[in-house]
Amino acid sequence: MSTAALYNDQGAAEAAVEAGQETTPTSSSSGAAFGLFSTDFKKNEDLKEMLESNKESLKLEAMKRIVQLISKGKNASELFPAIVKNVASKNIELKKLVYVYLVRYAEEQQDLALLSISTFQRALKDPNQFIRASALRVLSSIRVPIIVPIMMLAIKEAAADLSPYVRKTSAHAIQKLHSLDPDQKEQLIEVIEKLLKDKSTLVAGSVVMAFEEVCPDRIDLIHKNYRKLCNLLVDVEEWGQVVIINMLTRYARTQFLNPNINESLLEEGSGGEKMFYGSDEDEDEDEKEKKAEAAAIAKRKPYVMDPDHRLLLRNTKPLLQSRNAAVVMAVAQLYFHLAPKAEVGVIAKALVRLLRSHSEVQFVVLQNVATMTIKRRGMFEPYLKSFYIRSTDPTQIKVLKLEVLTNLANETNISTILREFQTYIKSMDKDFVAATIQAIGRCATNIGEVRDTCLNGLVQLLSNRDELVVAESVVVIKKLLQMQPEKHSDIIKHMAKLTDNIQVPMARASILWLIGEYCEHVPRIAPDVLRKMAKSFTNEEDIVKLQIINLAAKLYLTNSKQTKLLTQYVLNLAKYDQNYDIRDRARFVRQLIVPTEKSGALSKYAKKLFLALKPAPVLESPFKDRDHFQLGSLSHLLNAKAGGYQELPEWPEAAPDPSVRNVEVKESVPEWTKCSSREKRKEKKVEKPFYSDSEGESGPTESADSESDSASTTDSASASVSEESESGLESESEEESETEEEEEDKKEKKNQKKEPKKPVQESESEQSSEEEDRKPEKRSKKLKSDSESDSVEDEGSESESSPSESEDFESEAVVTKKKKAAESKPPSKSVRKEEKKEKKEMSLLDLDDFEPTPSPQVTPVNTLLSNSLATDLEGLSLSDSILSPATIIPSGALKNYELLHRITGEGLSVEYCFSRQPFSPDANMVAVQLQFTNNSTSDTKNLHMEDVRLQSGMRVKEFPEIELLPAGEMTSAVMGIDFCDSTQAANFQLCSHTKKFFVSIQPPVGELMRPVFLTENEFKKEQGQLMGMNEITEKLTLDVKCRNEHAIVQRVTTAANLSRVPCGSDKECRFAGRTVTSSSLVLVTVATREEGAAQLMVNCEKMVIGTMLVKDILLALTQ
Amino acid sequence: MIHSLFLINHSGDIFLEKHWKSVISRSVCDYFFEAKEKAEDPENVPPVLQTPHHYLISIYRGKLFFLSVVQTEVPPLFVIEFLHRVADTFQEYFGECSESVIKDNVVIVYELLEEMLDNGFPLATESNVLKEMIRPPTILRSVVNTLTGGSNVGDTLPTGQLSIIPWRRAGVKYTNNEAYFDVIEEIDAIVDKSGTTVFAEIQGVIEACVRLSGMPDLTLSFMNPRLLDDMSFHPCVRFKRWEAERVLSFIPPDGNFRLMSYHVSSQNLVAIPVYVKQNISFLETGSCGRLEITIGPKQTMGKMVEALMATIHMPKSVLSVSLTASQGSYTYDITTKILIWDIGRLNPQKLPNLRGSLSMQTGVPKPEENPSINIDLKIQQLAISGLKVSRLDMYGEKYKPFKGVKYLTKAGKFQVRT
Repeated sequence: MSTAALYNDQGAAEAAVEAGQETTPTSSSSGAAFGLFSTDFKKNEDLKEMLESNKESLKLEAMKRIVQLISKGKNASELFPAIVKNVASKNIELKKLVYVYLVRYAEEQQDLALLSISTFQRALKDPNQFIRASALRVLSSIRVPIIVPIMMLAIKEAAADLSPYVRKTSAHAIQKLHSLDPDQKEQLIEVIEKLLKDKSTLVAGSVVMAFEEVCPDRIDLIHKNYRKLCNLLVDVEEWGQVVIINMLTRYARTQFLNPNINESLLEEGSGGEKMFYGSDEDEDEDEKEKKAEAAAIAKRKPYVMDPDHRLLLRNTKPLLQSRNAAVVMAVAQLYFHLAPKAEVGVIAKALVRLLRSHSEVQFVVLQNVATMTIKRRGMFEPYLKSFYIRSTDPTQIKVLKLEVLTNLANETNISTILREFQTYIKSMDKDFVAATIQAIGRCATNIGEVRDTCLNGLVQLLSNRDELVVAESVVVIKKLLQMQPEKHSDIIKHMAKLTDNIQVPMARASILWLIGEYCEHVPRIAPDVLRKMAKSFTNEEDIVKLQIINLAAKLYLTNSKQTKLLTQYVLNLAKYDQNYDIRDRARFVRQLIVPTEKSGALSKYAKKLFLALKPAPVLESPFKDRDHFQLGSLSHLLNAKAGGYQELPEWPEAAPDPSVRNVEVKESVPEWTKCSSREKRKEKKVEKPFYSDSEGESGPTESADSESDSASTTDSASASVSEESESGLESESEEESETEEEEEDKKEKKNQKKEPKKPVQESESEQSSEEEDRKPEKRSKKLKSDSESDSVEDEGSESESSPSESEDFESEAVVTKKKKAAESKPPSKSVRKEEKKEKKEMSLLDLDDFEPTPSPQVTPVNTLLSNSLATDLEGLSLSDSILSPATIIPSGALKNYELLHRITGEGLSVEYCFSRQPFSPDANMVAVQLQFTNNSTSDTKNLHMEDVRLQSGMRVKEFPEIELLPAGEMTSAVMGIDFCDSTQAANFQLCSHTKKFFVSIQPPVGELMRPVFLTENEFKKEQGQLMGMNEITEKLTLDVKCRNEHAIVQRVTTAANLSRVPCGSDKECRFAGRTVTSSSLVLVTVATREEGAAQLMVNCEKMVIGTMLVKDILLALTQ
Repeated sequence: MIHSLFLINHSGDIFLEKHWKSVISRSVCDYFFEAKEKAEDPENVPPVLQTPHHYLISIYRGKLFFLSVVQTEVPPLFVIEFLHRVADTFQEYFGECSESVIKDNVVIVYELLEEMLDNGFPLATESNVLKEMIRPPTILRSVVNTLTGGSNVGDTLPTGQLSIIPWRRAGVKYTNNEAYFDVIEEIDAIVDKSGTTVFAEIQGVIEACVRLSGMPDLTLSFMNPRLLDDMSFHPCVRFKRWEAERVLSFIPPDGNFRLMSYHVSSQNLVAIPVYVKQNISFLETGSCGRLEITIGPKQTMGKMVEALMATIHMPKSVLSVSLTASQGSYTYDITTKILIWDIGRLNPQKLPNLRGSLSMQTGVPKPEENPSINIDLKIQQLAISGLKVSRLDMYGEKYKPFKGVKYLTKAGKFQVRT
């Protein structure tokens, strides 16, 4: 019922009819209706009455009808006073509908709207976060300038709200306020700055949106949050991802160097050389020198990708798998604009996938693909067939696919493409056929080999029945003929005949032009054509008339004997034409070609003017040069700058200081762990050239190359069916190159032990960012691990034995610990710091000393009891930190994780647990106990590890090979992994004499630390220094079974490898530990209140570890 | 971002409008109507239009246009994807996405739109979250609501937004715990006149219907995951786990959702289940034509081909057809010129055949191109790529769920050129 269209101010009768339609059958009140209020006040009264009644249901009914009115775009503003009263209603639905109304009409009824403000102000203080949020939403949507200060205040408060949902709403409100009153910009930027620091994934997308809207040029606000945004990206909701990725693309363009810079420089260089050989020496000398210099510079300063640049590329890549087309497109454009040439290929597959989606999505994607194919044709070549056209595609899609196919055409595939084009030409969709003909023309100009074939094909089309097809062919043939006219006079003759039949002006004009241009080739026909044209001159279209004049002029110049009269006739006709262009042209031509007394000078040159050689046209894609617009943007699609479009900046000449992105570390952090990253960075910078010089010239260059290579091959590998093994190897090489820097550092460390701290800090700076991106995974891992332990129960006997055994092992460990404790000297607080330092060095020494001779450790028990040299040394050299946990190791069973299921392992099953023992060969490693069970009927031999794939900085100490595992037996082994304080998985191959299995070990965050002993005072002091961003507090309700102190202690220590810190109050439990690799302090406090309410506080310098740990402990305490 | 939304029906009436910022007059749609006139076919309306002050981005779904107005630079796909999400949500709430249904539920529609966008930026688009805030209508509830004046808005405020898992609502309880997975594969193919395959690939999706209490953590693994070439996942799937182990590990949303869609590499040979022998000819004289089509089984993996259907878009000049079908029935729509032959089950012993004559408009030259034939078919209990689910495990909850996997092969864009 198109009431909207029907409705006019026509009177009550029609209004009543309409009313009958509009009132819902349920409306109990009456059949009395409403309509346009200016014409029918009574119906208005009816609604007003309903609104003012005491019955909620009546009010609701009225509001529903009003919303219906609004949805139809009708005016309901007169009801404002009656409605605004209900803003404080308790009924949620009524309230929501009132909000809808308010947002729609407040602008028009500003004074009355103010009545509702106080309600919102009250709601902003509501304990329920959703009420606070919705109050802010509506308040900020009321576009009334007078409340700007109130809004400002509300936004500021909400930005500091505890609930991330409210903070998200405040980010939205920023944009609303900005559009209402741009003068508030400065203050709003402050709020944005604050919200950018927010760690919640909920907020990130919205605040970046606000940033883009309010202050997109304040790129400096992003620096400090760059790494965080990169790492959060995977967890942000999909819409936020799009906005963040687009913003980061722009950011990266300002901050990093062009990854393809070397390539372009070298290309230029070689180009210069060619020129040099080809041309005069002196001329190019300077230039050549310059080029050579550039090339030399390029060689001397190999491009090394900024780790932050790499971080962005790495973290966006998984999003190509998103179900949201906008996200995929955003990543694709990011890769297109930012990635090294060799890596861009990965996006092709994802983009081709989008072609399966709705036709609108296809339309946009194809536009972008068309632009991409011009620059990087190779990328889409393997997917050529995916762009084949179906007869059911909408025309606009067909034309775009054609464009892509044309761009993809090259010598090798042109025959396939032309065959495909042949079927298209027969299509019923004539617009499409026309586009196909143009496409053929373009293929023919671009690829010389097929020019004749195409031309012949097109000539055949000239006999097509459809005029449109013929016309288009003529136009294209004209362009092709221009390239080599002398060979094709018969085609021109053929076309001359067509003038009798073809009516399409463009085609006629093209033919005439051709004949005129090449009249020497067709000396007989040309005058005849002119004769015919002269006859029909008055009936022709303008563009044909112009060409007739042209033809006449050219013939007059070449063959004036035959055509003099005809030309004059034509010029006379033109002289009186209606169109002034034609009159002008005729006058001009006449003066030029017909010699008179006055015009002596010019007519001499007439021949030169008219019969000059015209360059053949270049048929170009309309998508050429579109890529100066950011791909995927509206501006790109329209090929015109849209309002609010932010230009994609050019790459900078030299990279700006990368240290601006380093996140500040609090001064209070203990000295030995403090990462004075800024200095560090600079130091690194200085050192780099030194290394690249001394350690083989091309070292780093190669690394950059190999990196990109491997990335591209990984991609293709994953396309092939047998990807697993290949990609395994390749990604290793990638990591290798990434870690190269660090390796170098390690080398240095070996050589110059004067700076023993360095490598640790180095790796730290990178890790801290890396860790954050483990977060999502972490969460899932946690859940998984829980569930897995469940599954253990389910699966029954097979795995039942393992927990008990690990318990045994536990107790044994305790014994040894105690033994060690007795041996070691008592810790003294005053020298602790120094000891720590010393310890660091010791551990390094350990590494050097023991690496060549792997300590014989078959089982952990063995190691610990045998008191090998390693353990001895450690026990002597170490401070309290390792010894203290012995007293408080959790009594609960250690969690077992499955490494290899017995089905996938074909009889061999492997489980692992984090034994929480110090790993003797290297204190920076976490000990992982593996338990092998051979469930098969045959023996397994030579169990060992191979092909270890690690994230940068991580190290693994392999377990000694197990020679023989008889059928039905089990055995265990210990390996060490330095996770670098991240929850990155360590991937490796587990090999037996016959099989190889891909496995990975991933630590829960709680296993990345070791217990440390602190006194209450120390604890408080350290805690005091880890405030602010380093402190995370979370309220929780304790599980019923977990309300006593003992239970809490047990659960926390199970979740994380921490030791208890003595505490005066029985309401508080405190725990302390240090991360294994970087020795950052981790402090946990659980404060209990009445009825299971509790507060969890984690202080850790490493925020990522902190947040992950909070999640884990929360889970442990609440479940 | 998105400024306003207009819903426009097939005949060009605006029947719903919603503004998230200040009101934009509906006259802005005139530019759209102009383009629509020009395009003739609604599918050919350009999705993005430029007007002097605004940009119009539209989608066409279920005979409706969803037209959004934007004023500044925004990725067009962002808007298009969102509009489709809106249409999906309507579909999920009301069972279909049509004009009448939207008009009947205009209040809910309005409430939904209000929640989905805030100031033009998407706020809540997960259906699990939305359903908690605004309950979908059911027949029972609408009767009760009529009597009591109750509402569709949830009584309790949602918690979903803040749970660690944004796509799953908390506190799900079922008496029967079930999880069903449908592996649906579509064959996209172009077969040329002579019967050779020009292009063929398999696109698959796994549709899930999960009704499990609590917070189940599911793991779905395949016998042969290497078949999968390219895939996209529901956000719930742990990507890293897939990368490392090739298993799908996820905490599912409640209800129906698409777990993943995948593409089977076109390098693999694609089995084409049927062959089509056709002969369509238009005679130069006498203004008539002949048509004969026979369909037979090719590579069906021993399964029954069902719901076989052939659709032909005839040239404009074909006035009527008189055909006989050895099996099934055919219809010819004179206005749209579409011939549909509904065959049903394919009997390998007696191949279905359609033959007869076409009568053409006189005085019009014969069409140059023969129309192509689009084939529809279904094969139950078969995933044509050979993909097989090996097991489904559930962790995190104690009960034993009922699990089921179904396979189905369909023809996607299966076109036979003639």
